Amino acid sequence: MGRKKTAVLFLLTVFLTFALWPSYAMAMHIMEGFLPPAWAAGWWVVVLPFLLYGLWQLRRVTRQNPRIKILLGLAGAFAFVLSALKIPSVTGSCSHPTGVGLAAVLFGPAATSVIGFIVLFFQALLLAHGGLTTLGANAFSMAVAGPVVSYFVYRLTRRASPAVAVFLAAMLGDLATYLVTSLQLALAYPAAHGGVLASLVKFAGIFAVTQISLAISEGLLTALVFNFLREHNRNELMELSVISGEGGSK
Amino acid sequence: MASGGKKWITLLIALLAAFLAFAPLVLHREAEFAGADEQAEKAINDLAPGYKPWTEPLWEPPSGEVESFLFALQAAAGSAFIGYFIGYYRGKKVGTGEKNRRGAEDYAEH
Repeated sequence: MGRKKTAVLFLLTVFLTFALWPSYAMAMHIMEGFLPPAWAAGWWVVVLPFLLYGLWQLRRVTRQNPRIKILLGLAGAFAFVLSALKIPSVTGSCSHPTGVGLAAVLFGPAATSVIGFIVLFFQALLLAHGGLTTLGANAFSMAVAGPVVSYFVYRLTRRASPAVAVFLAAMLGDLATYLVTSLQLALAYPAAHGGVLASLVKFAGIFAVTQISLAISEGLLTALVFNFLREHNRNELMELSVISGEGGSK
Repeated sequence: MASGGKKWITLLIALLAAFLAFAPLVLHREAEFAGADEQAEKAINDLAPGYKPWTEPLWEPPSGEVESFLFALQAAAGSAFIGYFIGYYRGKKVGTGEKNRRGAEDYAEH
């Protein structure tokens, strides 16, 4: 099923991008001060349990097998690079990928939340990109929601072809991140007419549509790195039960 | 990446990703490719007129140049690690192959 479904999905996304084609700008994290205090605090509360569980999980995994640490470094480095690249999109504006799909596939969503949080913290503090008060909300979209989607997409589709599964996981996780961002803004700013839903359409038009071509790029790049790992780090991938013993050698 | 076919797939994927990044620049010559969060700001303004951000970033890069320097630094640091990782495991694989071959030759001599 893998290849045909990917082809259909690919054509569909290309078609949608060209069909919708809005000419307005930009998509990224929620800016400092742009969530009312109650919402900003609320998202922090939601995100904290994931972070704590993720930290505990990371400590356990690296204690059991110190060799996993270098893979952890790779997943972090990958997220660092991808989230630094502001890539032009077919909508005529720029946005950046999330880069956390690889970590989600390798270590699961909880551990990934720690990696995503670190990247977001760095960008909020040094680049004034996103913000410290909105860090909880941004971490929920990029470090929790996106990776959860990536993880389950991978687990559900990996039997067909691990590489295609990774592509889909990273791509859909990326899109999910920006849909959640739109939802977070819509919840905080419901429209006078049409409420949350009308706002969601408005924000999704800004945040999520730009992201479509970037999500495809993110899927491709993540699959590229994953293919290398499958070739050179089979044992580690098996220990993390990312791939099973047989299969995947072709 | 060992066999010829896999090499081609790797190259093809990389080219496709590059194409997706550069095609918009050609397709939309008149577009601004703004990197601002202005649009979302404007949308918020439409929905909640009079909303003022209640905090400011602690520190902002003083100019676009400094900002792009920091972004480049972030990408470079990550790329350096990825390059190290790939080189390390490629080299390890080549080294292991060499050792096995020598081992087999020694065995044949005895």
